[in-house]
Amino acid sequence: MPIIRPKIKILDDDHKEMILEEAKSILEVQGVFIENQEALNLFDKNGLIHEGLRYFIPPDLIDKCLKTVPPEITLFDRDGNEHITLKDDNSHFNPGSAAIFILDEDTGEIREALSNDFIRFSKIVEQLEYIAAQSTALVYQDVPKEAQDWHRLYIALSNCYKPVVTGTFRKESFSIMREILLACRLSEDDLAKKPLAIFDACPSPPLKWSDLTTQSLIDAAKSMIPSEFVSMPLAGASAPITLIGSITQHCAECLAGVVIVQLTKPGAPLIWGGSPAVFDMKHGTTPMGAIETMMINLGDIEIGKFLKMPTHAYMGLSDSKIPDSQAGFEAGMGALLAALAGNNMTSGPGMLDFESTQSIEKLIIDNEIIGMVKRFIQGIEDYGAPFASEILNDYGDKEELLSHPSTLKYFRKELFFPSSIIDRMTRDSWKDKGSKSTRKRAKDLSKKLLEKPSVKPIDDKLAKELNKITEKALK
Amino acid sequence: MIILTGEEIFKNIVDSIVNLEEDKAVELANEALKKKINLLEVVEKGFSAGIRKVGELWEDGEFFLPELMRGAQIMQKCLDILIPHLQKGSEEISHGKVVIATIEGDIHSIGKTIVATMLRAYGFEVYDLGADVPAEKIIQEAVEKKADIIGVSALLTTTMTGQKKIIEILREKNLMNKFKVILGGAPVTSAWVEECNAHGSAENAIEAVKLVKSLLNK
Repeated sequence: MPIIRPKIKILDDDHKEMILEEAKSILEVQGVFIENQEALNLFDKNGLIHEGLRYFIPPDLIDKCLKTVPPEITLFDRDGNEHITLKDDNSHFNPGSAAIFILDEDTGEIREALSNDFIRFSKIVEQLEYIAAQSTALVYQDVPKEAQDWHRLYIALSNCYKPVVTGTFRKESFSIMREILLACRLSEDDLAKKPLAIFDACPSPPLKWSDLTTQSLIDAAKSMIPSEFVSMPLAGASAPITLIGSITQHCAECLAGVVIVQLTKPGAPLIWGGSPAVFDMKHGTTPMGAIETMMINLGDIEIGKFLKMPTHAYMGLSDSKIPDSQAGFEAGMGALLAALAGNNMTSGPGMLDFESTQSIEKLIIDNEIIGMVKRFIQGIEDYGAPFASEILNDYGDKEELLSHPSTLKYFRKELFFPSSIIDRMTRDSWKDKGSKSTRKRAKDLSKKLLEKPSVKPIDDKLAKELNKITEKALK
Repeated sequence: MIILTGEEIFKNIVDSIVNLEEDKAVELANEALKKKINLLEVVEKGFSAGIRKVGELWEDGEFFLPELMRGAQIMQKCLDILIPHLQKGSEEISHGKVVIATIEGDIHSIGKTIVATMLRAYGFEVYDLGADVPAEKIIQEAVEKKADIIGVSALLTTTMTGQKKIIEILREKNLMNKFKVILGGAPVTSAWVEECNAHGSAENAIEAVKLVKSLLNK
């Protein structure tokens, strides 16, 4: 056990309480705009007052719904093995979802993605030690438009055993995706007990849950599949410019989601999450690597923890267009801060250019960042006093400590061992090896990783079953 | 009270816009009305000059988007005061009509809203149809309003196809020669504009104004 688990705090309890109370009051007084019929029926049944599609949620209903949210979610891999648990300060990472472009490693150009890119991407994610979960990270153009959401789940699970963060673009797709997930489990009950996928659902800022995303929440809840809120207040554009104002808006949007889900099915699993950003006042863009974006995320995570819910955030991504030093420091700061906040699921690795682009090179570099971050949050261990004096007494014998029993005993535990991505060679060796940049080293490693055999190849029978479902759905 | 000449009023109007002083700008618009100063000159030498200055400050990096938007809104408020007193109403100062929308399936409206606001401030009659608008509806409005320009924005590659659909429908209906179609949104590239056979796209709101002006030879 470390002496302390390194932790960062950005809000105090008084302000968490104030934010929560104001968010509840926003839902009571200003209400939330709901465009989905099934949710409206549910709200009507529960006697909610409304003006048109704007529904007013009383605070006592929010409190009641919060009570039935499970405090933790354990995700299982494709083959049904326990994989990761989202609880306490556990920090896991998955690639940023649904990029519409890929940075081609060979040409260096950002272009539209094809299914083969996502196959390669999934195979790499399978190999990367510190990327705990996969995601339907790329939207590719060589399948029919109607298949662009669910088809990714098929490719993901066919090529990588890790649990998957996904989502729908069309209401109709949920049933196909559910069928794909069910094929990996024995029964509906088995899928509910061993969740394999998380469904992202994004409210539209400010204070609106669209037809599509609300339906996703409801459908997932009915099957006890975890939903992850991706509330995205845009500070200064579709949310208050003040960081605390945006955190409050995020809280209100997510609380409305809690009510929709828990009214659908009390006890349905949920993740308090988001992808907020500050608005860039010069370029009109949504910088994910801005330090203030990260601060809003940290506030959102703290509120989620205050409510004893598993948490999520979009961090560890960059607005740079190539895996350069901006990409490195933005991803590095984001990943470290997310882990220091004890965020349970962090989406972002691999992403560039405001969530629009995925890069295999960056993903590989980010894996290395996360390796270091994970070492950091393990903290400093107390192996028992005296800490140094006895060891130093032995120095005189050999004038080195390399071969000292304590070094041999602890060095593998104390040190993080980077891959070829991190350069710690002497300058001469570095020159001898081709004077390669981080990006070039990542590109080289990507080729090697793609040649490696799958860590856990998909079972033939399951592969056939997934093919069958896909063929049927494509007809 | 100090009596101001026309030129002084114009300068004060420019200053009020650049300094983002709404009350002062409104007061000056009313004063110009009261003094029966040539309103076309008030618009051109006063308010338009003011917003052009704001645009320049933005391009120079002195101003940021909130200031650009606020300047445009103050200008709009003042124009709303003056327009009823123009002989032919808004037509008299209009540089052209623009129908603008974010395409069906896409709810990302902020970029489109900024462009609409700036076009309005620069003297175009803008009909902003909002977000998630079907291609057919955009064209119907453009026909009804006798628009010169159709502006369509999309943030997702999945909705970008809707931009192409606009051109396809215009062709089918033989309406292509009636409008210039401009595209907006982060994924829009010059290659995409070409593929759609559209008339242009712009990097930002001020560039969009310049694009519309050049398409209409203003």
